[in-house]
Amino acid sequence: MRLSVRRPGALTLIAALVLMRGAVAHAQDSTLTVRIGLTYSPGTKPGVLVLPVNGEQGDSVRKILQRDLDFSDRANVIAGDAIMMDTSSDGSRGKFNYPLYARLGAVAMIQATQTSTGLHVAVHDVRTQKVERVKDFVLAATPLSPDWRQQMHAIADAIEFWVTGVKGIAATRILYQSGGRIWQIDSDGSNPMPLTSAGGLALYPAWHPKATHFTYTVMTDEGTRIVVREMGANGAGTSRTLPARAGSVNTSPVFSQPDGETLLYAHGFDSGTDLYAVATAGNDSPRRITVSRGMIAVSPSFSPDGRRIVFVTDRPGGLGLYIADADGTNAEALTPFNFGDKSQRTDPSWSPDGRLVAFQAEMGGASQIYSVSPRDRGSPKQYTNEGRNEDPSWAPDSRHVVFTSNRTGSWQLWILDTESGRPRQLTHAASGAKAGAWSPRLVVH
Amino acid sequence: MTRTHRGIALALLVAAGVSGCRKTPETVATPTPAPPVPGQTCDSACQAARAAAEAAARAERERLEREAAAENARLSAIASARATLLTAIYFDYDASEIRGDARAALDAKLPILRANTAVQIRVSGHADERGSDQYNDALGQRRAAATKRYLTDNGIDAARIAIVSYGEQRPAVSGSDENAWEKNRRAEFEITAGQVTTPPR
Repeated sequence: MRLSVRRPGALTLIAALVLMRGAVAHAQDSTLTVRIGLTYSPGTKPGVLVLPVNGEQGDSVRKILQRDLDFSDRANVIAGDAIMMDTSSDGSRGKFNYPLYARLGAVAMIQATQTSTGLHVAVHDVRTQKVERVKDFVLAATPLSPDWRQQMHAIADAIEFWVTGVKGIAATRILYQSGGRIWQIDSDGSNPMPLTSAGGLALYPAWHPKATHFTYTVMTDEGTRIVVREMGANGAGTSRTLPARAGSVNTSPVFSQPDGETLLYAHGFDSGTDLYAVATAGNDSPRRITVSRGMIAVSPSFSPDGRRIVFVTDRPGGLGLYIADADGTNAEALTPFNFGDKSQRTDPSWSPDGRLVAFQAEMGGASQIYSVSPRDRGSPKQYTNEGRNEDPSWAPDSRHVVFTSNRTGSWQLWILDTESGRPRQLTHAASGAKAGAWSPRLVVH
Repeated sequence: MTRTHRGIALALLVAAGVSGCRKTPETVATPTPAPPVPGQTCDSACQAARAAAEAAARAERERLEREAAAENARLSAIASARATLLTAIYFDYDASEIRGDARAALDAKLPILRANTAVQIRVSGHADERGSDQYNDALGQRRAAATKRYLTDNGIDAARIAIVSYGEQRPAVSGSDENAWEKNRRAEFEITAGQVTTPPR
């Protein structure tokens, strides 16, 4: 089913429409009607060529668009000298060497032109030698500033949608912890910026589904606390610490899906740790939704419709993943406990399309990233094998995951394309980086 | 411990004995005998006075030495009690049960806590780096709570013991092997109010 998203051959699309249900089918449906008429062989990634861009920031514009399309893993970006040497192409004069683009393997050619208000983008079908799509994007931010780069990422995402039928994930950010602070970083690894102050111990950031807030855990001598923080401009924003009993542990907070109106987190004092739910706004008392009887329940993650949760518990049968209704009822093991299997399964992340739960499985100090379908619950699929790999979080495309890996010798965030297995390093933090949380698609102004 | 207790008791007895005799040398020294004149032979009265003065000085010196020794023994006993109180205990992998060695370490803390009722402590629970960080927060809490429960079950007032979990965020030693892991699966003790002033009897 997923293949049809990338390879929109007529047959697979029909198959997809027949098979898909509900919101997913609806989303696919809409891609059919707006997708341009590019054709390319099923089973291949479309070749995309970005012409050199005019103007002062032309090289930066082209580089960002090329890199975003490359990082999407859905397009084959055609780079190299041939197009730079080609004197017969000149986008600003409307001269295009389509036979050359075709020889280089391009299905689509992207012509971007800087204008007084922003960027004019045209997508050409190399086979038919026609312009398939045109749009003028307004660029209001200072060139090369973080906001400007974010606007450029949004343009790349639009281009990706036109070419592949799937909106890109370039205009997103990832929250993480490093050196006791919560940071954010652009999806391409640019602009790492601390959001919380130095001198604390801030952990486990999680996004509000509308990206208006984030929540995290702060560790103090008086206990571990949940903080809800507004996502203001340039990292500013008011924060609120949830009241909690002195000495209690309060950890692994997440916002409910899809509205963010509820916070779900683990709380424990002297008789086990359970999941509690509380309204994000207001001063209601938290409601306990699991009954661990002295054991531990922690690390919840919501299904995209908000009706189910997956979490970690060490109930009899071993430390593993359970799924339950959002109010904690109807709990059952997601990954069956096999006698003699001592692996611990933790850190679940439910994919935004609802199809998979990614998690970490650990045995004897070696941890790897896996996923399992919450519907058919077949054998988990292993995603990583190099070094220790932990704590996955899905991108909004339900295809990429950000996770923590020590494969280079220090803990850093990495991104993996779960379809091709292609990894890339996201952070290069001097004091290491952990607990990556991928944002929803961000509204770019 | 028993040997230490006996030593402390002895030191205390000696100290008490010395302070009881404090006035004796002064009584002997009055009236002060005339100092012997140089060149003059010291008669028996003179020699008796000289011997008495020497004996008094020696007694004073020994008294001070005994007092200093007793004070050193007292301070050392307090330091030892404090160290015993702050000694960390260790746990098995993914467990919060109090092990045999941890039970002995906690038993040693009980008389110190009983003898120093003004002392309040904070027990922090820690985990090794394996497993999920968030699960380890809860595991650290469970270790701190189990430690507190052992102390309160043995008569220590719960109001004197705060608990906190640091999960795997504050390892005692770095490293990714069993040697490091076993030192990091622990509960630590910290005095948050009062001081250890009385060694346990």
